Amino acid sequence: MAAKIKKRRKRLKIGGTLFAFLVYAFIYTPIAVMVVFSFNDQRINYYWKGFTFKWYEKLFTDSDLLSYLWLSLFIAVLATVISVIIGTIGALGLMRFEFMLKKVVNTSLYIPVVIPEVVMGLSLLMLYESVNMPLGVTAILLAHVTFCIPFVVIIMRGRLAGMDKSVEEASMDLGANRLTTFFKITLPMLIPGIMSSAFMSFTLSIDDVIISNFVSGPTSTTLPVKILSMVKVGLTPDINALATIMVMVLLLGIILNSVFQALMKKRASINIKTYF
Amino acid sequence: MADVIVELEKVNKYFGQNHVIKDFDLRIIEGEFLTLLGPSGCGKTTILRMIAGLEDATSGTIKIQDERVEDKEAYERDVNTVFQSYALFPHMTTYENIAYGLNVKKIPKQEIKERVREMLEMVQLMGYEGRKPDMMSGGQKQRVAIARALINKPKVLLLDEPLGALDLKLRKQMQIELKRLQKKLNITFVYVTHDQEEALTMSDRIAVMQEGVVEQLGTPDEIYKYPGTKFVAGFIGESNIFEGEIISAKNGILKVAGSSGEKMTLLGSGFDEGEPIQVCVRPEAAVYSKEPKDGFSLKGTVRNIIFVGSQYRTLILLENGQEVKINRGRKDRDIKEGDVVYIYWEDEDGFGIRKKGQETQK
Repeated sequence: MAAKIKKRRKRLKIGGTLFAFLVYAFIYTPIAVMVVFSFNDQRINYYWKGFTFKWYEKLFTDSDLLSYLWLSLFIAVLATVISVIIGTIGALGLMRFEFMLKKVVNTSLYIPVVIPEVVMGLSLLMLYESVNMPLGVTAILLAHVTFCIPFVVIIMRGRLAGMDKSVEEASMDLGANRLTTFFKITLPMLIPGIMSSAFMSFTLSIDDVIISNFVSGPTSTTLPVKILSMVKVGLTPDINALATIMVMVLLLGIILNSVFQALMKKRASINIKTYF
Repeated sequence: MADVIVELEKVNKYFGQNHVIKDFDLRIIEGEFLTLLGPSGCGKTTILRMIAGLEDATSGTIKIQDERVEDKEAYERDVNTVFQSYALFPHMTTYENIAYGLNVKKIPKQEIKERVREMLEMVQLMGYEGRKPDMMSGGQKQRVAIARALINKPKVLLLDEPLGALDLKLRKQMQIELKRLQKKLNITFVYVTHDQEEALTMSDRIAVMQEGVVEQLGTPDEIYKYPGTKFVAGFIGESNIFEGEIISAKNGILKVAGSSGEKMTLLGSGFDEGEPIQVCVRPEAAVYSKEPKDGFSLKGTVRNIIFVGSQYRTLILLENGQEVKINRGRKDRDIKEGDVVYIYWEDEDGFGIRKKGQETQK
């Protein structure tokens, strides 16, 4: 009897492992193909011809792709900073104060989130055209800030809702005025929320294609828009090289992050601060 | 006459349309342990928060040390609060939590260090100063919250159900510790709880509240022995309440006839013949036997005898359908379920309550 159950459990376990493997294969095969072809000694990627580093060489010597990358990063970082500041203040206002039409404001936050990006891009383009704003870096940055803010507000609102209000009251009760309470208590407690909404904004900004495509000028544009436009005239393998580097950087970041987190946790449990 | 340290006069509070505090008057005396006791929603926490300055009164005056404080912010008042949820600062260590009030006041670092150490010793948390709240147990967090409030040497410490989240054993232990602390520091404690046992154990005086008003204010002893209203009699401990009418009031002894003519007697003065009365008796004070006793004619059938740990509780059904609870230390061998018994008590164990709003008389 027991043997039968054991056997069945083992079969289940094998089945589960296989399933997990297939899911991961499904997700990561495209990336793996791209990585492999970035080393392919062939301009058109149909079959494997031979190993080469020449696309990486081209990327760093004779390609304008990198400048698009820098611009993308620049816009993403700036858009993140601006939208996190505005969004956090907005969320605080929505959670802490009562005002007319609060409900309307609260629900209308979801409109920019669910609206099709094409519609959003088109309307932004029309707006910028009607106020004679030149398309380009500033327009892209403004557009990114526009669609990031609702996400930040929604995340921060959730964090604030989960925050015990009496902690701030305790601070006031102990003699701290509102400003001190905000900087010493509220803000530090919001850091995790700020981090996750910053991460969200950065991700949204760095891989946005549709909206950026509408508002980018003829000369300055972001990397995803550039790549998309290159698809029409023919991709070159240096894009594969760039994408591979980006994946590697991301992977390294994730690994470093988890190592760092583990170290911090270990430190926190061993090294307790001493005061006396 | 002892000094009044906190005075509330004609305080009213509305939350929207809800009138939660109604013409509330209370004088808290310096150095006492005063408990606001009542069921949830009776407004006891709101009173505490108004004293702390975390809630504004809609009308009325609040004075702390003879000074009106309605226009003072929470951080300008010389009172500190221990919150129900502890409300420790999660990103700070125990040391930083306790030192917070002094840091905000820009006290020299060396002095802060000494006073934090003093506090840690007082609440027996030496060695925990470097830990953050999420690495401590409920009881330890509670101590940090108390130390954090007391380090400011407040005139009054406000405690909002501080032991509510602790388990029974720890709660009992903390009750004793809090009481000891209060005696030692000689600080006025205003304590909010819905736990009547806790209130009776710790308080110098108890204000029993219901629906935004004080039903009765007195020492634990007074409140337990002579509840002023039916609500208090039911809320503090358990009571059997009989509706009746006074048929004679002589020499401080009242003879009462129940709603269907049952006779009972009790001590009481200031009542008039013919007045309606509610006669209360505690389950542990009433007795029953197979033989009737002079002056009593409460007859009923034993429905149930339940063992509840330290006692046996007997439920007796009267002829008019009322159920009477009586506790005894031992089980009677000769009385079984279904037997007809007579209920009575010593005259001094019964107490009379006037219909609505009047004072009790012994």
